Amino acid sequence: MTKVAMTLNGKKVQADVEDRTLLVHYIREAQGLTGTHVGCDTSQCGACVVHVNGKAVKSCSMLAAQAADAEVVTVEGLAKGGDLHPVQAAFREHHGLQCGFCTPGMIMTAVDMINRYGGNLDEKTIRHELEGNICRCTGYQNIVKAIKSAADQMSAMKTAAE
Amino acid sequence: MGVEGIGARALRKEDKRFITGKGRYTDDIVLPRMGYAAFVRSPHAHAKVVSIDARAALEMPGVDAVLTGDQLVADGIGNIICGWMIHSKDGSPMNMGAWRALEPEIVRHVGQAVAVVIADSQGEAKDAADAVVVEYEELPAVVDPIAAMADGAPQLHPEAANNLIFDWDIGDEAAVNAAFEQAAHVTKMEVHNNRLVPNAMEPRAAVADYNEAEEHHTLYTTSQNPHVARLVLSAFYNIAPEHKLRVIAPDVGGGFGSKIYIYPEEMVCLWASKRVGRPVKWVCDRTEAFLTDAHGRDHRSEAELALDADNKIIAFRVKTVANLGAYMSLFSSSVPTYLYATLLSGQYDIPAIHCNVKTVYTNTTPVDAYRGAGRPEATYLVERIMETAAREVGLSPADFRRKNFIRSFPHQTPVIMCYDAGDYDATLDAALKAIDYDGFAARKAEAASRGKLRGIGMSCYIEACGIAPSAAVGSLGAGVGLWESAEVRVNPVGTIEVLTGAHSHGQGHETTFAQLISERFGLDTDAVSIVHGDTDKVQFGMGTYGSRSGAVGMSAVVKALDKVEEKAKKIAAHLMEAAEGDIQIEGGELKVAGTDKKLTFTEVALAAYTAHNLPEGMEPGLKEGAFYDPTNFTFPSGTYICEVEVDPETGKTAIISFVAADDFGNIINPMIVEGQVHGGLTQGIGQALLENAAYDENGQLITASYMDYCMPRADDVPSYQLSTHVTECPGNPLGMKGCGEAGAIGSPPAVINAITDAINNNDLTMPATPEQVWQLCQGSMKMAAE
Ligand code: FES
Ligand code: FES
Repeated sequence: MTKVAMTLNGKKVQADVEDRTLLVHYIREAQGLTGTHVGCDTSQCGACVVHVNGKAVKSCSMLAAQAADAEVVTVEGLAKGGDLHPVQAAFREHHGLQCGFCTPGMIMTAVDMINRYGGNLDEKTIRHELEGNICRCTGYQNIVKAIKSAADQMSAMKTAAE
Repeated sequence: MGVEGIGARALRKEDKRFITGKGRYTDDIVLPRMGYAAFVRSPHAHAKVVSIDARAALEMPGVDAVLTGDQLVADGIGNIICGWMIHSKDGSPMNMGAWRALEPEIVRHVGQAVAVVIADSQGEAKDAADAVVVEYEELPAVVDPIAAMADGAPQLHPEAANNLIFDWDIGDEAAVNAAFEQAAHVTKMEVHNNRLVPNAMEPRAAVADYNEAEEHHTLYTTSQNPHVARLVLSAFYNIAPEHKLRVIAPDVGGGFGSKIYIYPEEMVCLWASKRVGRPVKWVCDRTEAFLTDAHGRDHRSEAELALDADNKIIAFRVKTVANLGAYMSLFSSSVPTYLYATLLSGQYDIPAIHCNVKTVYTNTTPVDAYRGAGRPEATYLVERIMETAAREVGLSPADFRRKNFIRSFPHQTPVIMCYDAGDYDATLDAALKAIDYDGFAARKAEAASRGKLRGIGMSCYIEACGIAPSAAVGSLGAGVGLWESAEVRVNPVGTIEVLTGAHSHGQGHETTFAQLISERFGLDTDAVSIVHGDTDKVQFGMGTYGSRSGAVGMSAVVKALDKVEEKAKKIAAHLMEAAEGDIQIEGGELKVAGTDKKLTFTEVALAAYTAHNLPEGMEPGLKEGAFYDPTNFTFPSGTYICEVEVDPETGKTAIISFVAADDFGNIINPMIVEGQVHGGLTQGIGQALLENAAYDENGQLITASYMDYCMPRADDVPSYQLSTHVTECPGNPLGMKGCGEAGAIGSPPAVINAITDAINNNDLTMPATPEQVWQLCQGSMKMAAE
């Protein structure tokens, strides 16, 4: 057992876990945040994507101990107060989810993608960037639409603020 | 949210919890003292279980118990059954072999469970499962269904000689034979429908909790139909009587058919929870899902189409072998029979059809309904042979289809179905226009100038949804009725709960069902909640599959709403001293026509519950239930056209455009319908281009993870262009047909017809991998050179 401490959605947390505990299980079981999902055992579906120190990471592909002292953000940490993050709002607005199981990972991947590309995201790039996330329900079309719309909106907000 | 009635693109009420990470799926449920289950699974496709030694496992940290099939059988837990009886053409009942939730004697597919470990954590349970020593005596295995029927093939079940489950017929063989004698042209082909793994993104899971004092079980599970699960677990598997068993299907992350069935693992969790005296949780990992979730499709068929001199179809003859895997799953027998052969008439007026279906056991994972269930297999066969015949007789694929379209309704096919309504020309025209069919030749020439092969292919599909009526399916062998129930509860403050037996696992029922109420009473959809997925809350229901929730489930809600409306009007009329016939409901108010007298819906609801002033003899309260049993299936139809570009150097196919023109009857929420079509098309394109569950000759599944089983990803598919045309379904009060499966049913032949057109070679089987396409391109080029 090891004590693993980190900042999770802005809060300092810690827990004693087995050495082999994956970050995703630390988040889901030790911290009880079940928005992050497990959809595979070969790091290929992206249902488990969270942000570690500002970058999208498949939380099934790293040990909790490797995230010790890191800043970790999960889908639960995106909305500010009652306000949805623009990517969350866009997924709803454009019907980018059906069963919702892939959704947290899709949203975290999308936020990371928009952070990297800003307003320069086109359909082709979005589809390519979604390579690590599987959705069995939506056929991706509305996910792509949602990400494009959120990217445009966020870059417009950024320009307005500047 | 506002008042959003039928036809509104209402945003989904359920989304908020999913986009904020507050969904509640089975794996999110944690109970005090909960133990974790891990299964010990066979590495062999066919073997005798000689011994199971759990001593080492029991010594490991955290391990509570190791349970085996002998204990399960001794405790009287019943065998897993198939709930649809099919008789062979000689009248004998299907040959069903015994399937136990934990197998004590002979394992018949890789991944079959022989024991379960219960431990304090999932990690400890899995470690201990690895430490259980099982001695097997390997037996020869068979994975090919044709080989399985041969004399001398390995035998799976003593009940099924030559592994034959049934040998079933539909249609008039003599009439078909006679028509073939007269044929001016016969098109003949072999068609395989590849085996698929459904792959809902949420793996199956179960949490079972036995309360000893109450002798009561609770099961949280990833089910599309919790009531059916409870019925089967009670009536056949002897887990507990129904009133001592509550099944809850909370948020479920996709189903596509694979979560209809009652699997060994869920049964074992229920039984084990009682045995070990603590709640037991099991969560399937993805490899286990590949090995144990019911697979789909896997047909081998030979088909022959007879045409007269005018290119009208005069007969259709089909022989199909369906691989059902190692055991008969819950609805496995109905899929290659009544959900398949009854659709072989397609959109066409075919006077005579005969189909023979043989179903076979093999040492592979059981096969059952997967999105479309039988209709994709029928559509693939019909639409490939239609395209092939058109090419052979030199007609354009559209003209040949048009020549044979059914145009008057109702239309009785020679294979049971009676189509009630449709307009096949309308959807064909819409699709041809959307893809600019006339401009194809120019696009093909342009592609050729770049060294690329363009092709275009179409598929005019028909399918059948909302399988019913109960009496008819009962006479065909179904063990259950296929109606649906609903209850509408108006609260004293005028808000409404709708209880439905349908189950939403992505379909958005919380929104669309609320739209029905919004439409009827002019209430805000926020004033409505939908209750589903819990056998303690909803009395009974048949669940969601076969695109039935709209046509059947919503129709039950409409019936209940009729009763609520009638009673509310009576109360309003009484309170306002008006004639009942003069009461109109509008914008959340009950008004007396032609006056300014009105009461709000809330005032009427409150009056029903205070009961201070009700019409003479009326019971208090405002709550009504209904059961709805349809009079027929519904028949969605449409045309899909796919345009591809093949790179002859690599064999890689790119989908350039894909158009879908569907007739789903009336639509409650177009946004949700489009989402269903997008998802279905992507699964169909996955089948056509990427997905294949492949076994080696020893019965090892060589595609048991996302490394080897190719799922469609975002850059494998295009953005689709959709349109809808409405012919109302006369069979239900809302005129709806169903949209959940059409995409997966109609799209594979469109893709394959497009590729065979591009490469000018018809020998293509699914999935059209670059390797296969490249080989065929080489062959075509060689032939052209000679
Ligand atoms: S669970 Fe992490 S990629 Fe699938
Ligand atoms: S919404 Fe169901 S898997 Fe993406």
